[in-house]
Amino acid sequence: MAEHYTLRVNGASHDVRDAWLGESLLYVLRERLGLYGTKGACEQGECGSCTVFLDGAAVCSCLVLAASAEGCDVTTIEHIGSDDEPSDVQRAFVEQGGVQCGFCTPGLVMAVHALLDANPSPTRPEIREAISGNLCRCTGYGRIFEAVDAAIRERGA
Amino acid sequence: MSTATGTRRDVLGTSALRPDGWQKVAGSFDFSSDLFADGMLWGATLRSPHPYARIRSIDTSAALAVPGVAAVVTADDVPGKPTYGLIHQDQPVFARDVVRYMGEPVAAVAADHPETCRRALAAITVEYEVLQPVVDAATALDAPAIHPDGNVLRHQRIVHGDPDATGDVVVEGDYEIGMQDQAFLGLEAALALPDAGSVTLHIATQWLHEDRTQIAACLGLPEDRVRLVLGGVGGAFGAREDISLQVHTCLLALVTGRPVKMQYGREESFFGHVHRHPARIWMRHHATRDGRIVKVEARFVMDGGAYASTSPAVLINAVTHAQGPYRCDNAVVEGWAARTNNPPCGAMRGFGVVQACFAHESQIDRLAAACGIDPVEIRLRNAMRTGDLMITGQVMDSVAPVERCIRETAALPMPQDADDDPLSRPGGSGLTADRRHVVRGVGWGVSIKNLMYSEGFDDHASARCTLQAGRVSLKFATAEVGQGFVTLARQIAATLLGSDDVVLEPMDTDIGSAGSTSASRQTWMSGGAVDGACRMVRERLFERVASAHGLDPLRLAIDGTDVVDTMGDLRVPVAEASAGEAISHTFEHHHRPTEELDEKGQGRCHVAFAFVAHRAVVDVDPELGIVKVVQIATAQDIGRALNPLSVIGQIEGGIAQGLGLAVMEEIIVEDGKVRNPSFTDYLLPTALDAPEVLATLIEEPEPMAPLGAKGVGEPPCVSSTPAIVAAIRDATGRALSRVPVRPQDICL
Repeated sequence: MAEHYTLRVNGASHDVRDAWLGESLLYVLRERLGLYGTKGACEQGECGSCTVFLDGAAVCSCLVLAASAEGCDVTTIEHIGSDDEPSDVQRAFVEQGGVQCGFCTPGLVMAVHALLDANPSPTRPEIREAISGNLCRCTGYGRIFEAVDAAIRERGA
Repeated sequence: MSTATGTRRDVLGTSALRPDGWQKVAGSFDFSSDLFADGMLWGATLRSPHPYARIRSIDTSAALAVPGVAAVVTADDVPGKPTYGLIHQDQPVFARDVVRYMGEPVAAVAADHPETCRRALAAITVEYEVLQPVVDAATALDAPAIHPDGNVLRHQRIVHGDPDATGDVVVEGDYEIGMQDQAFLGLEAALALPDAGSVTLHIATQWLHEDRTQIAACLGLPEDRVRLVLGGVGGAFGAREDISLQVHTCLLALVTGRPVKMQYGREESFFGHVHRHPARIWMRHHATRDGRIVKVEARFVMDGGAYASTSPAVLINAVTHAQGPYRCDNAVVEGWAARTNNPPCGAMRGFGVVQACFAHESQIDRLAAACGIDPVEIRLRNAMRTGDLMITGQVMDSVAPVERCIRETAALPMPQDADDDPLSRPGGSGLTADRRHVVRGVGWGVSIKNLMYSEGFDDHASARCTLQAGRVSLKFATAEVGQGFVTLARQIAATLLGSDDVVLEPMDTDIGSAGSTSASRQTWMSGGAVDGACRMVRERLFERVASAHGLDPLRLAIDGTDVVDTMGDLRVPVAEASAGEAISHTFEHHHRPTEELDEKGQGRCHVAFAFVAHRAVVDVDPELGIVKVVQIATAQDIGRALNPLSVIGQIEGGIAQGLGLAVMEEIIVEDGKVRNPSFTDYLLPTALDAPEVLATLIEEPEPMAPLGAKGVGEPPCVSSTPAIVAAIRDATGRALSRVPVRPQDICL
């Protein structure tokens, strides 16, 4: 188990020591680096709760071996905004009622940022497709669509 | 961040924002799976691979020898009561001599790393003598008992009016409901902290106090040595009402003397909590030629799985809602909940009524066809009203705007024609459906759902309100699972006490029980408790102001954030009036008593009811058997919209779960073995599956409810399912008597 590698997360370097090489990026972010904002709910890349950016691309961190992310830039929800200074997408999720239990929310926020950064004016079907890899069990997605629309409006304004 | 901005105040009736929303979007909200403690061990559970087997031996020695393993526990290590359960304590903490379902816990380990746990579990040797499982609920009733308590978890008959009454028109059918999973996103997780023979458990649950009672009994500890704190809950939907990893986590912590964290993965979660009961229902309706229901006959067989959980209560809900939201003078209904070697079933949003509703709504459509009456018209003709007698002999004394629910749903606009975007067609991103093949259908579902617990159970709720210098502090043990009680509680205090500074104390067992976050009950029950506590504090505040100014306290009122004299000029800010000694009161809210049913199923067993109508529009590709739910229109009887944004969220979320049961969600169990315990194989509605939802909130305040509001959580998922299936029938002409409707049910 005595392995050593370095992860660059949210602009900072982290030494990961004495880690089992089988650990997923999700596990290392949470349990070794204390970045609990990224959630795990399926371990299979089905639910999107663990979405992070790897060199700018949205990926399921449960499907990435942490050690294989050495040399990549990892961005997590902690880098997107904070309780006091939320991003436009985060603000829209709260204000439009897109949050209930909130477990899927960090992953959805990441997915919506990825969508709007790539396509500032997506159509409704494009929005649905873009977030269809993120499961939400509470909201039925209606208020999440409203949140995405609100964020688009704000960016366009 | 404050949610009170400018002149807008977060009073009742506004769409106040969630106080925990900012943390949740930022990822800084602590779910129970996010908790850790210094020196913490990880716990993990060994589960039976067999649905039914005798345990010949368990050898844990190799597991204990794995480096990093701190403890291995089995049934022999349970210091107190060896079993638990919400109604009957028939479920072992660990199986001792026999396992009765696939996934039943046999042992647990604590170790330094989840991977060490996995290796330790693999090193435990259990010798099983595999037995033939009992997997059919109907035959289980007469099969040799698989548990000392027998295979009949509950039987209930309802005989009402004239059992021999007949009608000119008779329709009957057999219906089947599959096993649905609650599939909350936040997996089971807990952190147990031992302290000199006591334990504190941080846990995602629906009912802290009930958990504590069961945990303490199994640990052999007095309740005051078991403290529960609500960890952040990532959804519940009924699946957290039963014990899962609570006792195991505490036991490992007490045995090792170290903090222990347990969390399930998704596969284990499918084995670790109860599911919605699969049911087979036969129903026969007698009616006049003009479609008026004369009598309902029904037989329910519900598969409770290996242990009782809440099966007895689920069965009672099913049989007592067999008439649906329709007048019915005569009834002969009988139901059984059976014990089998299938996964245990218990609470899920809708709690027995989902199953009954699929049958009665399918029947109403058959009746409409047999009478040559429109499906909407036949529902209006039979719509229940306040004052009607139910088949249990209980008088419907809730506000019962069934007719209005139907009419207002019908008044909502139909969707536009199918749009050209292939993503919007059946099959979605699979791009499989050709537009020329797509057929549209429309269907209806209307339902009645009881609120709160039933059959004489006093599920009361406590809350404490403290006011000092304008700051209100609220304390309750109400499990916030995502529904938004934390928002509502602040709104109640802001309204009654004129304060925008409302803080919530931690939710734990340091105050009286709030009852369970289930049965659509917390707005009514915990809302009633917070309301009562705030009113008592307000009374004291008025007395204080009145005595300072020589006034009659009855002249005082709250206006905005001030105490005002309604008959004079006095106006004192609440912050100023409440300076000095804190005013604090605890209030316990009880609903009116209910009764048990007698042997003929008669008795006032439910507290109150809510109603809803759903109209579904679907597009179907009949050749491929795939369905896109285009639109759900709904009008829901909610009493009063205390927070319209939250209500809409409950409606849309419940409809999505109803949609899931209608067309995709089912735990496949073959010979007692679960075949699809993953999100790859158990399909959940995604953003591409979400229909447009048009909702009308019907606000006729309920006089019995402390805030005039009915619970809104369950009704959306009760009749959305039959509405969608009726729409698929309309599009395809298929009979479709089971849910979920599978592609082969449509195209083969």
